[in-house]
Amino acid sequence: MKKYKAVVKVSLRENILDVQGKTIEHALYSLDFDMMNNVRIGKLITLDIEAQNDGQAEAFVEQAAKKLLSNPVIEDFTIEIIE
Amino acid sequence: MKFSVIVFPGSNCDQDAFHTAGSILGEQVEYVWHKEGSLSVDTDAVIIPGGFSYGDYLRCGAVARFSNIMKDVVSFANNGKPVIGICNGFQILTEIGLLEGALLRNQNLKFICKDVFLKTSNNKTTFTNNLSEEQVIRIPIAHGDGNFFADDDTIKSLQDNNQIVFQYCDENGNVNDQSNPNGSLLNIAGITNKSNNVLGMMPHPERYSEQLLGCNDGIQVFQSILNNFKNGVLA
Repeated sequence: MKKYKAVVKVSLRENILDVQGKTIEHALYSLDFDMMNNVRIGKLITLDIEAQNDGQAEAFVEQAAKKLLSNPVIEDFTIEIIE
Repeated sequence: MKFSVIVFPGSNCDQDAFHTAGSILGEQVEYVWHKEGSLSVDTDAVIIPGGFSYGDYLRCGAVARFSNIMKDVVSFANNGKPVIGICNGFQILTEIGLLEGALLRNQNLKFICKDVFLKTSNNKTTFTNNLSEEQVIRIPIAHGDGNFFADDDTIKSLQDNNQIVFQYCDENGNVNDQSNPNGSLLNIAGITNKSNNVLGMMPHPERYSEQLLGCNDGIQVFQSILNNFKNGVLA
């Protein structure tokens, strides 16, 4: 068994209005950061995992992301596995 | 008739629901702690109350849906028995997949606690048969994540199957943007499942179930469940 770190990023699906992101976007504009746009807020979940190899680690994390860490009705996720 | 009120760590409307079913409606009622493996065999209806189960961590309802008792609640619902989820209960029911869609953060990002008016968009359900068609009732809301969302296909199927039961409206029953407190698609405040035995609603009927509280419009929802049980009107 090897030890890995996993980083799961969960964010609202692209076609869903992210009201928190919009609010922060407006705050950025009020600070003259008007070169910025399309602000989106998400969640960053990190965890340690033991698995045979990185492929297996990713498969476990993907199951967890689908089952609990994200809600597929409204969210997308990406997974990064680090040795 | 016997109601079971599920209690999670962080539930805070369980006592209101218990009082409504027991003292106001005058039926049997019991609390069921989330760690229990099964409902009492004589349970006739389940109430999943409002609150902040598991502190709303991760997503509202996301952790509660994996509670021990929820497996039996799903079997109970799949057997056609009535389940009502109020506020956090609605969020739990969408997370577990007994109801479609999801509840997003309120569009104005505020926790909204106020009275709203609801149009009874379908009064031919287990939960609304004591109301007249398009009847407007006044019920309080208290939530930060009540903005109902579903994809276009799901919204269409909710409409086609008359699953939209309550919509936010003004006191005259007009469903419009001004009467939408949280940004919900189609002003949706409550929906049922396709087989009409599971209801989720963000407003709190149990908080307006007796005149002592200033309004008793909410008792109609519980009275409807009782009517349905006694007369087998719909289920």
